[in-house]
Amino acid sequence: MTDDDRRMAKDDRFMTGREKKASSPTSAPAPAPEGQEGLDAHLVVERDAFRLDVSLAAAPGDVLALLGPNGAGKTTALRALAGLVPLTGGHLRLDGAELDRTPTESRPVGVVFQDYLLFPHLSALDNVAFGPRCLGASRAGARAEAAAWLARMGLSEYASVKPRRLSGGQAQRVALARALATRPRLLLLDEPLAALDARTRLDVRARLRSHLAEFEAVAVLVTHDPLDAMVLADHLVVVEDGQVVQRGTPADIARRPRTDYLAHLVGLNLYRGTAEGHTVRLDGGAVATTTEDLRGPVFVAFPPSAVTLHQERPGGSGARNLWRCEVAGLETHGDRIRVALTGGLPLAADLTTIAAAELDLRPGAAVWAAVKAARTHAYPA
Amino acid sequence: MPLPLLLPALVGLVFLILPLLALLIRAPWRSLPDQLTSHEVWQALQLSLLCATAATAVSLVIGVPLAWLLARVEFRGRGLVRALVTLPLVLPPVVGGVALLMALGRNGVVGKWLDDWFGLTLPFTTAGVIVAEAFVAMPFLVISVEGTLRAADPRYEEAAATLGASRFTAFRRVTLPLIAPGVAAGAVLAWARALGEFGATITFAGNFPGRTQTMPLAVYLALQSDPAAAISLSLVLLAVSVAVLAGLRDRWMTAS
Repeated sequence: MTDDDRRMAKDDRFMTGREKKASSPTSAPAPAPEGQEGLDAHLVVERDAFRLDVSLAAAPGDVLALLGPNGAGKTTALRALAGLVPLTGGHLRLDGAELDRTPTESRPVGVVFQDYLLFPHLSALDNVAFGPRCLGASRAGARAEAAAWLARMGLSEYASVKPRRLSGGQAQRVALARALATRPRLLLLDEPLAALDARTRLDVRARLRSHLAEFEAVAVLVTHDPLDAMVLADHLVVVEDGQVVQRGTPADIARRPRTDYLAHLVGLNLYRGTAEGHTVRLDGGAVATTTEDLRGPVFVAFPPSAVTLHQERPGGSGARNLWRCEVAGLETHGDRIRVALTGGLPLAADLTTIAAAELDLRPGAAVWAAVKAARTHAYPA
Repeated sequence: MPLPLLLPALVGLVFLILPLLALLIRAPWRSLPDQLTSHEVWQALQLSLLCATAATAVSLVIGVPLAWLLARVEFRGRGLVRALVTLPLVLPPVVGGVALLMALGRNGVVGKWLDDWFGLTLPFTTAGVIVAEAFVAMPFLVISVEGTLRAADPRYEEAAATLGASRFTAFRRVTLPLIAPGVAAGAVLAWARALGEFGATITFAGNFPGRTQTMPLAVYLALQSDPAAAISLSLVLLAVSVAVLAGLRDRWMTAS
């Protein structure tokens, strides 16, 4: 395939999505059959002792986030999608085309790397023009296209600036423009906000969100930051140890995490157990009362702020959980104190500073931990 | 300052500098303009510059891809290949010249065919000088470029690939500009080495004024008949060396 062929193929593919939908009644080529558009991937990469086995599906316009701890295989999945790591199994289809054996340079895939990898010897404009030029555009044509992309990113005045003189946020936008200028059908972003400091992050995250919302093909981003994932993506795929442990909308995953890692990320106490009606026998041996009426294996979750601590066994009625615990540690968490407890049930409790002082909490102290049944949330495992 | 260290250090310094000073002291400054504008000197200098530059060009064309191969492609026996590439660095140049004769001489392993099929003869021609100089100088370039390539981040090539660049395009438009300083330094080093080449050149290409007699050969010959001319020629080569060193001082003279 020559560069020209490829460019035409790319342009043709670019006509899918919105444009095709808008023009399909009149234009000759029929739109791809339902279910063929977008990403359909089953990525298997085996390397030494590590095995990545992840299925991903997304329709054009979707933003998918791969969320997981470091070393979970997220970046490997991203590199496999880009063709930088060969698949050892599974398949990869984009808009109905098999890409498993397509070399990186022939895939309609754009990548925003974690540290952007802007070519240091080229100006911002020439960085963005690089892709169109490789796909066969004339020098002038590529530069005009690049200038339009920079304008869209609000970076026109930085066109002639070398990457090392750009701020982190600007470099990220140039990297995004460079990836988009090849008109990819799949946009990959590797930890897009990790290289930024906390102050610029907020602004860049908001901008990136609006750019991703405008993007008409599939976007997949990799992050270990749940906030980035939840703000930027419509769907989350949570990866741990090379496997998908949960997938769903951000709201669903925040409410019903299925692993300790996720529960910790979204700030919930999470337990696995077996339900019999409103009573759940937790795996550690403790018992919890919930408002949900379930049977079989379930998860029980509640936020640390739902926990109250007492020195004497509290009386009173109502559906309430009570566990005898021991203080394992204390740390300040914003304007509150987070107490780590062991004993009857390992859990985290958030208290006000005053409450913590009145209880005279110190490591080793015995306390009663109470959680109202209404504050717990049980769901099938 | 411990004397047992200071004393030998000073002796070493004098040992290295004294000969160069002597060259300047004994230089026939008054007759120098005449010496340097003489036909023989001019001819030798032109030939030297031409051959060293051509040898550097040859080294660039085949040495940079060789460096890329050694730095970027995993293959069996890569260590052995690298050792073979660096061998001319430590090989006595005369041996290199003899080896070249065996390979490319009229009755050489390959030279025989070149002669029979194309009527091409390399020994004792200007082209032969270029071959001899390139043989000795190219390893300097390869080693320098390979080191720079290893230090360069290969992920830029991956980024180029995701933008639709073939491996060659990525090399040409991304990697090569990134390693340009290393290539330039290697080229200067190779050029300086080629300019001073003596052993391989005189063995493989002989010593014919105007055809294969480069500056070092002219210096050696002049020393027997006209010492003043030899000193003048040496001064020119010394000046060139100093210029090369000045050009590379940012790279090597700064203690890092």
